[in-house]
Amino acid sequence: MIRQIGKRLATAIPSLIGVVIVTFLLTRVLPGDTAAYFAGPAATPQAIAEIRKTLGLDRPLPEQFVRYVADLARGDFGNSLTTGQPVITEITTRLPASAELTLAGLIVSMLVAVPLGVLAAVRQGSLVDHACRIVATAGVSLPVFFTGLLLVYAFYFLLGWAPAPLGRLDIFYSPPPQVTGFFLIDSLIARDFEVFRAALAQLALPALTLAIFSLAPVARMTRASMLAVLASDFVRTARASGLAPRAVIVTYAFRNAMLPVVTTLGMVFSFLLGANVLVEKVFAWPGIGSYAIEALIASDYAPVQGFVLTMAVLYVLLNLSIDLAYGVIDPRVRIEA
Amino acid sequence: MTAELALAPPPLLEVHDLTVEFVTRRGTVVAVERVALALAKGETLGIVGESGSGKSVTSYAVMRILDRAGCIAGGTITFSGMDVGAAAEPLMRDLRGREMSMVFQNPRAALNPIRKVGRQIEDVLRQHAQATAGDAAAKAVEMLRKVRIARPEERYHAYPFELSGGMCQRVVIALALACRPQLLIADEPTTGLDVTTQKAVMELMVELTRERGMSTILITHDLGLAAAYCDRVCVMEKGRVVETASAADIFAAPEHPYTRRLMRATPRPGVTLRDLLPADTAEAAAGPDVARRAGTRDCGALLEVHDLVKAYPRKGAGATLQALFGRNDRRADDGMFRAVDGISFTIGRGESLGLVGESGCGKSTTSMMLMRLIDPTSGRIVFAGEDIGAVPARGFARSPLRKRIQMVFQDPTDSLNPRFTAARAIADPLLRLGGLEGRKAVGARCEALARQVGLPVELLDRFPHQLSGGQKARVGIARAIALSPELVILDEPTAALDVSVQAIVLNLLSDLKASLGMSYLFVSHDLNVVRLLCDRVIVMRAGRIVEEGATARVLSAPESDYTRELLAAIPHPPV
Amino acid sequence: MNQSARIDPAAAIPAVSAPAAAPLTAPAGLPVAAAPLARPSIARHARHVIAENPVTGIAFALFLAIAACAVLGPAIAPYDPLASDTAAALQAPSTRHWFGTDQLGRDILSRVMAATRLDLGIAVFSVALVFVLGGLSGVAAGFFAGWTDRIVGRIADTIMAFPLFVLAMGIVAALGNTVTNIVIATAIINFPLYARVARAEANVRREAGFVLAARLAGNGEARILLAHILPNVMPIMAVQMSLTMGYAILNAAGLSFIGLGVRPPTPEWGIMVAEGAGFIVSGEWWIALFPGAALMLAVFCFNLLGDGLRDILDPQRRT
Repeated sequence: MIRQIGKRLATAIPSLIGVVIVTFLLTRVLPGDTAAYFAGPAATPQAIAEIRKTLGLDRPLPEQFVRYVADLARGDFGNSLTTGQPVITEITTRLPASAELTLAGLIVSMLVAVPLGVLAAVRQGSLVDHACRIVATAGVSLPVFFTGLLLVYAFYFLLGWAPAPLGRLDIFYSPPPQVTGFFLIDSLIARDFEVFRAALAQLALPALTLAIFSLAPVARMTRASMLAVLASDFVRTARASGLAPRAVIVTYAFRNAMLPVVTTLGMVFSFLLGANVLVEKVFAWPGIGSYAIEALIASDYAPVQGFVLTMAVLYVLLNLSIDLAYGVIDPRVRIEA
Repeated sequence: MTAELALAPPPLLEVHDLTVEFVTRRGTVVAVERVALALAKGETLGIVGESGSGKSVTSYAVMRILDRAGCIAGGTITFSGMDVGAAAEPLMRDLRGREMSMVFQNPRAALNPIRKVGRQIEDVLRQHAQATAGDAAAKAVEMLRKVRIARPEERYHAYPFELSGGMCQRVVIALALACRPQLLIADEPTTGLDVTTQKAVMELMVELTRERGMSTILITHDLGLAAAYCDRVCVMEKGRVVETASAADIFAAPEHPYTRRLMRATPRPGVTLRDLLPADTAEAAAGPDVARRAGTRDCGALLEVHDLVKAYPRKGAGATLQALFGRNDRRADDGMFRAVDGISFTIGRGESLGLVGESGCGKSTTSMMLMRLIDPTSGRIVFAGEDIGAVPARGFARSPLRKRIQMVFQDPTDSLNPRFTAARAIADPLLRLGGLEGRKAVGARCEALARQVGLPVELLDRFPHQLSGGQKARVGIARAIALSPELVILDEPTAALDVSVQAIVLNLLSDLKASLGMSYLFVSHDLNVVRLLCDRVIVMRAGRIVEEGATARVLSAPESDYTRELLAAIPHPPV
Repeated sequence: MNQSARIDPAAAIPAVSAPAAAPLTAPAGLPVAAAPLARPSIARHARHVIAENPVTGIAFALFLAIAACAVLGPAIAPYDPLASDTAAALQAPSTRHWFGTDQLGRDILSRVMAATRLDLGIAVFSVALVFVLGGLSGVAAGFFAGWTDRIVGRIADTIMAFPLFVLAMGIVAALGNTVTNIVIATAIINFPLYARVARAEANVRREAGFVLAARLAGNGEARILLAHILPNVMPIMAVQMSLTMGYAILNAAGLSFIGLGVRPPTPEWGIMVAEGAGFIVSGEWWIALFPGAALMLAVFCFNLLGDGLRDILDPQRRT
């Protein structure tokens, strides 16, 4: 078992190395003078020359790379031009906001998509099945930012149920004392139900947007996987043995059907993390996505680089966890034949 | 003294006028039409037929586990006095597993891959209230012991992928018999298993069912199997029952023409190839019966194989380390798996050599090496005096010797490019190596080849999925002989074909060999077929040759114990 | 992250040799007529599939409409997409302006129609690019294995280590804010998918009987790849292309929404939604709705088309 974990960790390392190399190259690929980009549009030639020296941009490429890696190891992601603050501080402060949003969206999506897919497969050809397929096809066609805007229009402007899309918490409330950084959890820990409700109200629409976005691939995969398993030989054996429908569907079919779904979760996360950025813009959510967008508009490159690197590292770790989880639940992988 | 009127007890299962239909894209298809059968208590009934005969569908209808698209359109099914054809699903669920159960064809696929086999048996026991949570595990272990699985307490915790094919089938049998049903339906239970495993599994099934006084339905395409293990046999063709009689009667004196054709077409000792064909066709068949020329001719050996070895590195961390740091020692068994372990034989001109063995014996690897599709690890292959083993596999396509050695593949579907028409497939070797100029020349040669193999010329424009199994086999053969090769390797060419089609194809192969003067290496697991087609035979086991000699001698008076075991395991229809 | 663990519950040991059991769904007993069959043409089969599947027919018609819009675009639009008329700003949809006007008084209908060309163009070019690069390298990797496989796999894995949209952001930010770079970025992030699909298809067929037979017929490795394997891989790749068109459009729109790639005043669906986003909270819904709906319609159409294409091109169903 430990050997398995070790092997999986080993496969993550080349990916991390690749990520670091690519993020390094991205900034060096900038057309024109890299130093000028980091110095900003309003910099004087002397400022540019200084930046060039400070960042070591006049050194040969391999040396720059070593320096880059050393900086990363120390936690130095550079400084933002617009705020002057170290990028790493901004990112760590804003990360919980993005994480809370993404996780909320994912959980809601799984809670709806998986039962929907299972039901659609079990009741093939019924209303539920058709509904599932329509939801799946339509869901992948909707641009996530468009869904967000529609929800804002419907629930905020027309119905007035949702609060204004202005961030994590209405200005009247102050954030709960920081434990995890997740407002929902922290407010419960502090037993502040007012803040909990307010945070939930702000979280509802953006999380719903993300949930709708990831509903489609998960429902589609669940349905397809369940259909394949229900048509398999061993389910036929289970039926021929007279097992009750619930036992057949839950113990025999569902567990086997979930294996490919877990494998696709990696892909779903890739989409989710990307969609996160767009949703943060629509709802003015103070996460690392909106941080990157603001930096992009201001041609501030260090935060963008830090953002891409952070997201990639997170994603690699997520995939690693999924691989490990899969290795635990599938005995064929667990028992190295 | 009182004369008791011995009333025959009512049959356990009675099927009357059963019709099953399927809804497909092309409309309703009748799979089974007005089928009638009866099964007495303790009796074993065999249902025999070729593919598409409806034998499996009938049994699925009895168990009421038909696909969504299928429905019982007419007739009645009575089991133990109950009408199960129209019974409600909850009642059927109760009956399945407890009163009637089924054993399927592909044993490993029939078990839940991520659930321990012991737990799967427990599920059935507990579902039908034959065990409580407390004693279910013990009863499951007991069932495993009953099906002769060694170390059952350990094997309880095994997953299907850890067990061999034969063991998986035993587990499936344990599942089926756990609740002591009255009826067992076995749908091709031994197809896909080695012939020795086949025998062991059948013996086990027979023993357990006899011991419990169970009735059995054995569905198979193998007449020998039906003859050996069934009391009565029912023959089906295209969804109808054509004949039902006791096993002795049906094999001694079949009445229906289809049954007769089936019997004739089954390879068995004491007949010739021509005897396999339907009586009228056999007479009209052109050319004399194949006079088998024993031994080599004066021209000498066509193919000589000397100490051929193929070794693969064993998988695993140890092997990788060895490969990185260790010596490349090929002698001893240090980390190398020897698929072929030093074999030597010859094939003469115009001779037909059979290569026989069970799965894993190395016969496929041998034929791949002879075809020069993979490289041998060591040893020599000499063809017509030239050492072809020295030419690497990658470059052999360009060698002038390429066209002199060709192959007929086992799976006709897999060996034809789905996007090529039959004509294009046959023309491929002609285009590359045939030296023919122009489309017309190639087309004419294709048509000539098609005629030679008995493929109607109109079918040349069809794609593989529009052709039947026999037609695809002919396309494969036409492609193989297109360049007039001297040696043709046939890798189980008729294994995937129905027995009547097999008879035709075997005769075709024999005639072609005689008319074109080719040599054959005929790889097969079916000793009866080898008996009919081959002059000499080699028996392989675990990468080595265990016996070699003239076919007649080896198959009637084998010297090696293994050959004896193989021969004994073949179920024979009574001659 | 090679998550290539494919679960095949029916994976059986290779049988010694056995006739296949009769299929249970539709019996294979339909006898193939010996009479000559008229060679079915693609057109006839396409009509047949569309007749069976009206949804595919609708998708196809929709595709033609969108393509017409892209080609003719500005020519048939009622107003000049760039002409601003401040007096007529922020008007709701009416008979004069079917889709209303935006904050600069530009007609939204005309802008939506003009944007079709740009969005579709971006999608077509990026899909074509990735099809050639990803498809060929994937097929080569799957067929030749060895180093080719390792290199292509390494490249694909490195790209897949990033959340794809984030990588696209990074690439466009690095290379510069132009449409060409959006095309390049979209192609790069789609590369692993194409390479993986092509590789899987080639790999499955690598040891197939007909490939061995092709070697016996004297075909060299390169010829086998091009003449034997590629025609079998094409249908799956065609389906992939149609599906990725939709994704490419969404990607380009997303990048434009956050300000990358296309600059105002160029009409492009993503930018138009971004411009309309600010007005949604004050109730001027039409500015964002129509371009968003156009986006959705286009992507929906390509997804349906992909499903329909699969039916037409799969040789198993060509009768």
